[in-house]
Amino acid sequence: MDFSFSEEQELLRAQAQEFLGEHYPAEQVGQLADSEKGWDPASWPELAGLGWTGVSVSEEEGGAGLGFLEEAVLFEELGRALYPGPYFSTIALALPALTPELRKEVAAGGATWTLALHGDRGLVPDLGVVDRVAVADEDGIWALEGETREVLATMDPTRRLGRIGLDGARRTLLVDADEALERTAAIRRRALAALALEAVGIAQRVLELSVEHAKTREQFGRPIGVYQAVSHALADTYAETELARSLAYWAAWCVAEQDGQAQLAAPAAKAYAADAAVAACERAIQVHGGVGFTWEHVLHRYYKRAQWIEAFEGFGHEQRAEVARELLDVHAPAAVA
Amino acid sequence: MDLRDTPDEVAFRAEVRGWIEANVSDDLRGSARSEEPLRAWSRKLSEVGYAGLTWPKEYGGAAAPYSYQAILLDELARAEAPQHIGVIGLGMAGPTIMAHGTEEQKARYLPKILSAEEIWCQGFSEPGAGSDLASVRTRVEPGDDGFVVNGQKVWSSWAHIAERCILVGRNDPDAPPHQGLTYVIVDMHAPGVEVRPLRQITGEAEFNEIFLTDVAVPRENLLGEVGEGWAVAMTTLLHERGTLGFALTGVLDVAVRKLIALAAERGDGNRLLRDRVAREWIELQALKLTNARALTRLMKSGVPGPEGSVTKLHWSESSQRLTKLALELLGPEAQLVDEDGHDGGYWQHAQLRSRGNTIEAGTSEVLRNIIAERVLGLPRSR
Repeated sequence: MDFSFSEEQELLRAQAQEFLGEHYPAEQVGQLADSEKGWDPASWPELAGLGWTGVSVSEEEGGAGLGFLEEAVLFEELGRALYPGPYFSTIALALPALTPELRKEVAAGGATWTLALHGDRGLVPDLGVVDRVAVADEDGIWALEGETREVLATMDPTRRLGRIGLDGARRTLLVDADEALERTAAIRRRALAALALEAVGIAQRVLELSVEHAKTREQFGRPIGVYQAVSHALADTYAETELARSLAYWAAWCVAEQDGQAQLAAPAAKAYAADAAVAACERAIQVHGGVGFTWEHVLHRYYKRAQWIEAFEGFGHEQRAEVARELLDVHAPAAVA
Repeated sequence: MDLRDTPDEVAFRAEVRGWIEANVSDDLRGSARSEEPLRAWSRKLSEVGYAGLTWPKEYGGAAAPYSYQAILLDELARAEAPQHIGVIGLGMAGPTIMAHGTEEQKARYLPKILSAEEIWCQGFSEPGAGSDLASVRTRVEPGDDGFVVNGQKVWSSWAHIAERCILVGRNDPDAPPHQGLTYVIVDMHAPGVEVRPLRQITGEAEFNEIFLTDVAVPRENLLGEVGEGWAVAMTTLLHERGTLGFALTGVLDVAVRKLIALAAERGDGNRLLRDRVAREWIELQALKLTNARALTRLMKSGVPGPEGSVTKLHWSESSQRLTKLALELLGPEAQLVDEDGHDGGYWQHAQLRSRGNTIEAGTSEVLRNIIAERVLGLPRSR
């Protein structure tokens, strides 16, 4: 057993940290979030230039021919930097449904996508910013043209939700009915794993901000980090972040390997990591005191993204219900690792 | 990253599983506590080479990778078989002797730890020194040809059957707390050593008090130097945390399996209860996976990471939550214990016992301090 990322994967992480640290400092994220579009479209060609839009696309199709573990590294780092752009929608949701030609276009940075997992019923991420929309229903997965898009006011303005209308839309089949159910389930697991990784990145970042604050902010003549009411709260964040990290990496590995345990690992990781990220943000706001409650401070951006993740496909109890079905109704407890 | 066993690990797991099935008797499964069967079981584990798996070859170990130790603990838990009762010798005293002992001490003690001939206990905690080990008051003073030990130790597992004890006492009452400490090996059969069982809230006596009155300890039983016991004790505690994680999740794994079976039988489709069962299963996976990450780090760098404090902290809280959940599933019958209780009173015992989990082997408060100060680098609170 080897539960670590490879040297190449760690290099990718270092590249991501360097690029995102330079391009997305806290002030920049705030400005973009408050802008009309909620992101900087000029960033997409840069991401494509780094090879990030074609990580799992084959080399023949212009990608790097790698897999979900490499994408996992990026999801975590993009979450940590709170990158405001449709990477999750394009890469986690839509990419696995696309044809070779469309994948080629994504790898080259030529198109952004999102995918509606529940026909025209559910809420769809990034509708206002992506070039193309795909939709999954019982008859297949389809690429749309001429659909209507209603973008809704969303707590996290960097990943606004919306509804699609299919009246008058032209549909091109991407995945036929025989395969669609299974493919959509696989995409959903992939999306849950990606969000678990983002959540780990968020928890990690707000913990770093909190520790920095607790070391430097003085009250009653001492840095507030000496008080156990403060330091123990941050110790709890650290512990939950590490446990969430273990689950998220497990889910990522299961998705990458198409391991049967992905069915349990993805919902388990998403439920735990989202809860951990939200709790990490809430403790961070508390530890920061008044300044953590201001619009100016970056914490509320993280808090809103964490809550976006928590709500996606339902809160944690919905994913735990999936886990409970497997454990209590389907078969005896599965062992892992 | 590859979360599957390697071919070698697959083979070792199969070997261990087969051996346990062929050798564990039904009276050993569950929570057997009587001495003779446990000693016999431990000797068997020693004979087949499953004790000291990770010990170096020069000390009689198998020099196996740490993953083998994890597999052994995993498989023992899966079969609900007891762990080796020489855990303190194998996991704490042995590694401390390897690090700080003389060649004579190594030759004298290590083989009998490995063979399960000698069981060890730990004399660290005192009535006035729990989390604050540096405040121990037991005296280790110069005597004829060595030392004379006087004082009282508490919370010693296995002391009632142990042959030897690793003990930290004070040689200099005027020195600052972390100085003036001396670490010695005490013969539990020596005159002046009295062991009294300590009855705990479950009604059983798992731990003991040790009273030491003018106990003569020969000079060759000194580990490290006089006055430098603190550093030796830190080696012991590092090993306690280093190997603890897998043993803990093994025990929790058994409890979660039983909880799932109980919920399937008694849960009556209650959504809130199902949610809480799923939560505990997820927490268990998180703990097992975090152990696995720590193991990879240990095998690659040789240095244990800070994960041990995280798993101990969350393991203890999970153990407390899930045993209460099991009692809720039992409803009014939750009050019935022993032979009148469900499953022989397993859950009632486990629930009461779990209150000790956040206190023993580092209280939750101490663990949070360790994370805050040593991992996060926050200023010391004391």
